[in-house]
Amino acid sequence: MIPMSHYLIVSSILFSISLAGIFLNRKNIIIMLMSLELMFLSINFNFIIFGNYLNDLTGQIFVFFILTVVAAESAIGLAIIVVLYRNKQSINVQDIARLKG
Amino acid sequence: MNVEIIIFYIFSLLLLSSSIAVVTVNNPVKSAISLVFSFFCSAILWLLLNAEFLSIILILVYVGAVMVLFLFVVMMLDINISQAKEGFVKYFSIGIFVFATIAGLLSYFFYNQFDNSSKNIITSIDLIGTDNTKNLGYLLYTEYLLAFEIAAIILLLGIISAITLTLRKSTTNKYQNPSQQVNVSKSERLRIIKDEGREK
Repeated sequence: MIPMSHYLIVSSILFSISLAGIFLNRKNIIIMLMSLELMFLSINFNFIIFGNYLNDLTGQIFVFFILTVVAAESAIGLAIIVVLYRNKQSINVQDIARLKG
Repeated sequence: MNVEIIIFYIFSLLLLSSSIAVVTVNNPVKSAISLVFSFFCSAILWLLLNAEFLSIILILVYVGAVMVLFLFVVMMLDINISQAKEGFVKYFSIGIFVFATIAGLLSYFFYNQFDNSSKNIITSIDLIGTDNTKNLGYLLYTEYLLAFEIAAIILLLGIISAITLTLRKSTTNKYQNPSQQVNVSKSERLRIIKDEGREK
């Protein structure tokens, strides 16, 4: 039997890798979105682990809804990136500072 | 040495190394593919946690749909890799610092809080049976029915917004504008001509 703390440590390392990925890839918005997906994955991990720990299925239900919301979010985000690329021919984050007054 | 423990360590190592590859690899296509691989590894870890339905959903929905969408977008856009990797060296130290701090603190906390081996993961969740999918469906359609319908509306919202954002009106197509058609007045369409010849 694997101790619960090992699962939790794996998910927390996954979370911090994705957080560092947002810091490292400041220019590339697609890699930032991918890091966001990894972050959601580690959060889902935590929900499943604690749901098993408390012997409650609600954690898995919550993961189901998080997956739904993340799918919609990534679809909208990628659509925004496509429109941005069409208008500016670049996905560099620094070119998106148009709305700065 | 249990088989389960070996599987856990192998796939968590693979998961962590592929997620490091996601954030460090130069080519966005390669990083998307390593993201697919890390989803696959975590689906196997979820299987170990007795969440069979969610692990299958993770592979079907994530690897099958969302990651294909990512790959589509990455391949459609012509990304300047050298420009995109500009700040990598500059922010490397702060990235390592953030990683070390968050990972160290969280791991320390979790290791101290949940270390006692008597509180292992409970593997049986009994609701109406032993079938994880059946139990999940039962909960989803009874207690969480409203949330389920709201999730459906969120997905619809995602479809509508993605389509309206990327839709380009083609200039060669002919199409009707119903609001203009409705708002037309009688004087624009009907012209009354006095018939001079009839009066005599």
